[in-house]
Amino acid sequence: MNILVCLSAVPDTTTKITFTDNDTKFNTDGVQFIINPYDELALTKALEITEAKGGEVTVISVGEASIDPVIRKALAIGAHKAIRIDTAAKDGMHVAQSIKQAIEGQSFDLILTGRESIDYNGGQVAGLLSELMDMSLVNVVTSIEVEGDSVTAIRDIDGGRETVSASLPCVLSAQKELCEPRIPNMRGIMQARTKPLEVIAPAGDYTKTDYVGYELPPAKEGVKLIDAANAEELIDLLRSEKKLI
Amino acid sequence: MILVFVEIENGAIKKSSQEALTYGADLADKTNDTCGAIGVGSPDALSNLGKFGAQSAFALSGAGLETFTPEGYSHAIHEVANSQNAITIIVSGSYTGKSIAPKLAVKLNAALTTGVVAMVSTDSGYSVRKTCFSNKAFTSVTVNSEKKVISIVPNSYEVKAFDYHADVTEVSIDAVSSIKTKSVSVDKIQGKIPLTEAELVVSAGRGLKGPENWVMVEELADVLGAATACSKPVSDMDWRPHSEHVGQTGITIKPNLYIAAGISGAIQHLAGVSSSKVICVINTDPEAPFFKAADYGIVGDAFEVIPKLIARAKELKAG
Ligand SMILES: Cc1cc2nc3c(=O)[nH]c(=O)nc-3n(C[C@H](O)[C@H](O)[C@H](O)COP(=O)(O)OP(=O)(O)OC[C@H]3O[C@@H](n4cnc5c(N)ncnc54)[C@H](O)[C@@H]3O)c2cc1C
Ligand SMILES: Nc1ncnc2c1ncn2[C@@H]1O[C@H](COP(=O)(O)O)[C@@H](O)[C@H]1O
Repeated sequence: MNILVCLSAVPDTTTKITFTDNDTKFNTDGVQFIINPYDELALTKALEITEAKGGEVTVISVGEASIDPVIRKALAIGAHKAIRIDTAAKDGMHVAQSIKQAIEGQSFDLILTGRESIDYNGGQVAGLLSELMDMSLVNVVTSIEVEGDSVTAIRDIDGGRETVSASLPCVLSAQKELCEPRIPNMRGIMQARTKPLEVIAPAGDYTKTDYVGYELPPAKEGVKLIDAANAEELIDLLRSEKKLI
Repeated sequence: MILVFVEIENGAIKKSSQEALTYGADLADKTNDTCGAIGVGSPDALSNLGKFGAQSAFALSGAGLETFTPEGYSHAIHEVANSQNAITIIVSGSYTGKSIAPKLAVKLNAALTTGVVAMVSTDSGYSVRKTCFSNKAFTSVTVNSEKKVISIVPNSYEVKAFDYHADVTEVSIDAVSSIKTKSVSVDKIQGKIPLTEAELVVSAGRGLKGPENWVMVEELADVLGAATACSKPVSDMDWRPHSEHVGQTGITIKPNLYIAAGISGAIQHLAGVSSSKVICVINTDPEAPFFKAADYGIVGDAFEVIPKLIARAKELKAG
């Protein structure tokens, strides 16, 4: 069982988002980058599957050298090897096309991604890869069971859950609850230093969109406090001022 | 043509699809185009779409389309998009929409923008506004491709009434050979409003001390007709199902009303809920960060405040 895990390096969740260059660029100054939390789940699940069934886990990431520490962390958690496609990720199509080119000629039974990256929140890459590679797709999964040449997964649907069986090779995107993420131990961290991290040149630019400007949500006007003794007033205000009730 | 994919549930078009259809109609208006709706189901279910902005409608059916699969649906929609020369496809960012939008983008060789929260701007080029950093910010994206697939965040575009007439064309497509996945079973949470579609949400956090205290949270939600949500630790401790966890690593929501009781307002929590139109916070600690993001605040004990809210809401409901 060979598994590819797509890894996005994203700002730590506590990051206060600011911009530079006249609000045209995300300000990375002092920002700590981490493995996208959903990708951490995808990676852990991939390790659980290969531990049970044999095989290897390869992580792949589209990004510049600055994300190497994030990739090394994935190796420390247990991935067997890593590939970095040496270019800044521009959009979902760019990422998916670059990954497709990079793994040409290799065969993976499963490709796992996160359900979305917490920086650009595209939720695109899994679907794009499945279509580009002609693989089956199960999006936003909370459970994965591989049995022979098919996989059974539980995915979130609007207002519930669906159990789906899919043929291999299959692309699945991880949703929370899939597993408990692993924390690298000392041995893993030592081993990660010598595990292969292959850096390959980008194949081309498939970008179809440009992120041209950023803005923060408008600030709230300030909170209107209601005395706890007359808490029920809140309901009246929501009715009279906001017409919500 | 602008083709809008609509989802039908229990014979009615879903609210998130109504929003997508209004979006498509407004976009057609703006760009001198026409707006068509496409859905899987009987022509009856699609017969009234003129009032949501469709000028034509396509009712898909055929072998392989009995249940949803991303590959079957996207295959069939793509066929119609081709035959109608559709250059823009609009979907709602529902779970269904999220599974088919990328596939359609590849099939059409189109630019894909997801998480869109506002009407296209054509002032300089063609650009859309989307959320980023899990609602901590917005970004403008220019789209450099004639063909486009656009996915709209539920609850971000208001439904309007139109008085168009949309003739329904039945299209039969055999999607069997495209299909790679099979639905084994579906488990819908009965009788509850799905969180992502809810207009009103009542949420609670660790301040509620234990799962047994959610009785009052559910009661308040019930009288208001709201869905229930919770903070991450609450679902981590299994006080509440994971499907209720909102925030940066949970569900992102933007209801008209978000009531939060016993939630501190950590940055990761706010990321998922700060786009809510009106936020009410109930917390014993006047220094809780959530008050900074709130429209209304009550510094007080949730165990005293929530019963008062329930009582007043019941009074109003009774008239
Ligand atoms: C990588 C990462 C991702 C995360 N993602 C998310 C996420 O998606 N969503 C999320 O919610 N969190 C997330 N968190 C966790 C987040 O940082 C906070 O820890 C969490 O939101 C706190 O939950 P809480 O407010 O329920 O609990 P607490 O922080 O413990 O706050 C409880 C609050 O209740 C108040 N209180 C106590 N008693 C009462 C009472 N009787 N009446 C009224 N108020 C009372 C207290 O004053 C306090 O403010 C994430 C953290 C990390 C590290
Ligand atoms: N730059 C990247 N390199 C590798 N994988 C990525 C990259 N960006 C996103 N992904 C993968 O695609 C998933 C969804 O990302 P997105 O479509 O950007 O929301 C992420 O959880 C990752 O698994």
